[in-house]
Amino acid sequence: MEFSDVFNFSDYDRLIPLVTNSLWAGALIALIGGLVGVFVMNRELSFAVHGISELSFAGAAIFLLIGFDVVLGSVVGSITAALIIALLGDKSKDRNSIVAVLMPFGLGLGILALALYPGRAANKFGLLTGQIVAVDDPKLASLAVISAIVLVVLFLIWRPLLFATLDVEVAAARGVKTKLLGIVFVLLLGLAVAGAVQVVGALLVLALLVTPAAAALRLSKSQLWVPVLSVLFAMVSMLGGILLALGGGLPISPYVTTISFLIYLIARGASWVIDKTAVKA
Amino acid sequence: MTAVLSVDGATLSFDDKVIWENLNFQVQPGEFVALIGANGSGKSMLLKSILGQQQLTSGDITFMGKKASSGSTDIGYIPQHRALDSHLPLRVFDAVRLGLDGHRFGLPLTSSKTKGAVMEALAKVDATEMANIPLGELSGGEMQRVRVAQALIGKPKLILADEPLSALDLNHQQVVSGLIADQAKKQGSAVIFVTHDLNPISDYVDRVIYLAHGKYEIGTTDEVMQSDVLSKLYGTEIDVVRNQGRIVVLGAHDHNHHEDEQWV
Repeated sequence: MEFSDVFNFSDYDRLIPLVTNSLWAGALIALIGGLVGVFVMNRELSFAVHGISELSFAGAAIFLLIGFDVVLGSVVGSITAALIIALLGDKSKDRNSIVAVLMPFGLGLGILALALYPGRAANKFGLLTGQIVAVDDPKLASLAVISAIVLVVLFLIWRPLLFATLDVEVAAARGVKTKLLGIVFVLLLGLAVAGAVQVVGALLVLALLVTPAAAALRLSKSQLWVPVLSVLFAMVSMLGGILLALGGGLPISPYVTTISFLIYLIARGASWVIDKTAVKA
Repeated sequence: MTAVLSVDGATLSFDDKVIWENLNFQVQPGEFVALIGANGSGKSMLLKSILGQQQLTSGDITFMGKKASSGSTDIGYIPQHRALDSHLPLRVFDAVRLGLDGHRFGLPLTSSKTKGAVMEALAKVDATEMANIPLGELSGGEMQRVRVAQALIGKPKLILADEPLSALDLNHQQVVSGLIADQAKKQGSAVIFVTHDLNPISDYVDRVIYLAHGKYEIGTTDEVMQSDVLSKLYGTEIDVVRNQGRIVVLGAHDHNHHEDEQWV
């Protein structure tokens, strides 16, 4: 492999129009991923995200095999996983074991469906590792609908969800339906995961739903700036990843995950420096 | 005057173990009730039942004329002190504000009216300077004062406080108990105050509910905190000693308690 396989920007101006849809899709996913990620971190759902994404992959692969819409399959898979996790895993310990049981099963089911699928191999692995030119108009439309639902419902439940996340007992005492909110949030998470699987692939969803929020939480404790930074970091990783992937022949995921990881490292470094200066001062 | 809270024949038991049996009492607006008893006597369980989070085995609990169920914005709840997850991107201001309108849908945008109410609530617990500190950086006592502000800001009809003084130094014990009592007298909030030490709140207490071995006594401090009353309740010899305005209970042995004396 030559360096030009990884970075080659000679025909860049002609390639950009090919990925316009992907850029839009990436921006939508980064927006909802960055916001949902803040609650994923605080409700200790990182591992659940991974479990949901594997079942989302299984759903997409099965729907691909039987000739149905892949996005719909993805949504069906992740909503199923989200419901199982929400209804069975009330406590963090239970939840982890349920996710650990679901995850390999989902992955295996998806690989089975892909193995039986007669189409091209490149399409197959896109679901696991992401693909940049695969976002056609109908797919972009479904992603827009998914994002709109997540955004509207999340903004609606934001305040009581925050209250329930801060202190579930006090929130419940004030009449907040904490259990119902928890279930609604996991369903939103399922939708966000299903969307992210379309662009970055099932194996790398965490880079969009966890890493940006984790980096943001290193830098701020403000309830305004953490979501804003989280979305910003997700955007930079996602759009930067797509634009870099265009220059090479590699899948989009390594670019997205690397940028996202670098941002996290920088955030950790910055928070370390800030803490150190604060102690001195 | 109608009672804020009415407990009628309430019984709670798990399998064969009776936590408490046939509790009957009413709490009036502005009344400060201390709920005391040894560990495992079901004090916190009683609060949970009032909040509708713990199903009674039999009997009824009525809050403001309705059967108690899944909380209410007319209740201010101060939980027992415990460590908080430090990840949360929330500052003291944000936490207190959730006590005011955290039950409402939408984004937590702050109007100047909300801001004024939060700063006022913080000033009362002597925490104005803490407004911008992230919750994760608070000490146990500071967090407890934030919880008190969070519970009182909504001007609740009933304050349920579960050992609110446990993490506080003496000075803030006085600030916090005085504040809760003040809310009772001025706003007419009823208070149920779980504690195992009556002394810091003795000036404010109207009535005492003493839970032990599934039974209870209710009355004024002087009626309940008597050697013969507590001896009968525990079924063993108990001495209640009054010394310079402090009440000390001696010999309150309990299955869950291995101290020779219990400071009540």
